[in-house]
Amino acid sequence: MSEGAGQLGAASVPRLGRGVRLQHDQVRGVWLLLAPERMLELDDISHAIVSRIDGKASLGAIADDLARTFAADRDVILADVTELVGELTAKRIIVV
Amino acid sequence: MSDGRANSTDPGPPSALLAELTHRCPLRCPYCSNPLELERRSDELATADWMRVFDEAVGLGIRHVHLSGGEPTARGDIADLIAHARKAGLYTNLITSGVLMNEGRLDALIDAGLDHLQLSIQDIDGASADRIAGLEGAHAKKLELSRQVKARGIGFTVNAVIHRHNIHNLERMIDFALEMDAGRLEVAHVQYYGWALKNRAALIPTRAALDAATRIVAEAAERLKGRLAFDYVVPDYYARYPKPCMGGWARTGLNVTPSGKVLPCHAAETIAGLEFDNVRERSLADIWSSSPTFLAFRGTGWMEEPCRGCERAEVDWGGCRCQAFAFTGRATATDPACSLSSLHADMVAIAERESAAASPAFAYRQF
Repeated sequence: MSEGAGQLGAASVPRLGRGVRLQHDQVRGVWLLLAPERMLELDDISHAIVSRIDGKASLGAIADDLARTFAADRDVILADVTELVGELTAKRIIVV
Repeated sequence: MSDGRANSTDPGPPSALLAELTHRCPLRCPYCSNPLELERRSDELATADWMRVFDEAVGLGIRHVHLSGGEPTARGDIADLIAHARKAGLYTNLITSGVLMNEGRLDALIDAGLDHLQLSIQDIDGASADRIAGLEGAHAKKLELSRQVKARGIGFTVNAVIHRHNIHNLERMIDFALEMDAGRLEVAHVQYYGWALKNRAALIPTRAALDAATRIVAEAAERLKGRLAFDYVVPDYYARYPKPCMGGWARTGLNVTPSGKVLPCHAAETIAGLEFDNVRERSLADIWSSSPTFLAFRGTGWMEEPCRGCERAEVDWGGCRCQAFAFTGRATATDPACSLSSLHADMVAIAERESAAASPAFAYRQF
């Protein structure tokens, strides 16, 4: 049952891992991913991606949405989304 | 985040608060991390005090609160405390023995905003687990709670404290964590302070048993990557270098006792001569930045040789101040867990002698 960035594709549907929560930090004015014993600060691009992860949308659908919202190239965005989700999957912050 | 300033005596804000809500607990584990002098219920902070502490923690930059004890659910206001902490913006982790929980209480805590639950197990054999916990029926309650947590889907860590009476069951503990869908397993070899130090001869494993356990964890961590995360705490008596205790004195987190005393680590009261500020009198921010006790061993300026000038001074921060004090009577000494300490050979000899002899009876934790 090896799951990892290697198997991610446009049809993969990511969701936040158990015990992981996205939160706006009012003290520092940034978005955080909070997890057991860990915390990740998100930049604007990462936040745009992570905030669209709801356990229903596929990576492809997320890329479509981002491409429309930011009028950007869909394939470039899909590559970025896949890369970030791959990194967070390895850390168990996101599960696919 | 604080890495960029790790050389200075300013570590930046702490990231975690260990809130020891009470020292009361139905369990009597002989390695309890609470001090030998347990604090009484009559001295415990009120609900409003804790709520203010959580607000101050958020203002200071803390993101994680570990609601601990004793048994934190022994407090009737635990759901209110979780709700307040969560609303303030903290990630809430309940560190529990599970024996006071039931399905209704679990749901109430989850409704209040509980993010994560960490459950201790004493062993995997029920009879042995109950004997170690000093409470009949404890293990069965833990199994029940594990199944309930699994069904709810909140974050879940299993914490197994390891010693000579359960180290042979490590593989079955890993299987248990998998079966319960835990995301993390803490394999924590007993650290010898307080109650555990008193019971050291009954707890410390042989070096061979430790090495076998370390191999099992390394193999499982690799095999289960992406599925079960391991947090492995080694018994430093057999180590070559000491553990960077607490990531360095007063660098990453702080601990508030049931009566409101603020400590850099839960064992800090074992060091004679330190005075501890109380949240009833000073703010957390003030204590973090300028309490003499927090400044006492922060950074590297306090170090003696061989720590002073050692290339590992900012890797392990001289190890543990409490252990240094316990062995030498001086908290500025090098932790004898370090192979560069002149006392290291004595420490290893103690571990080898005690682990080879028959285990004495437990001196159970008691008020």
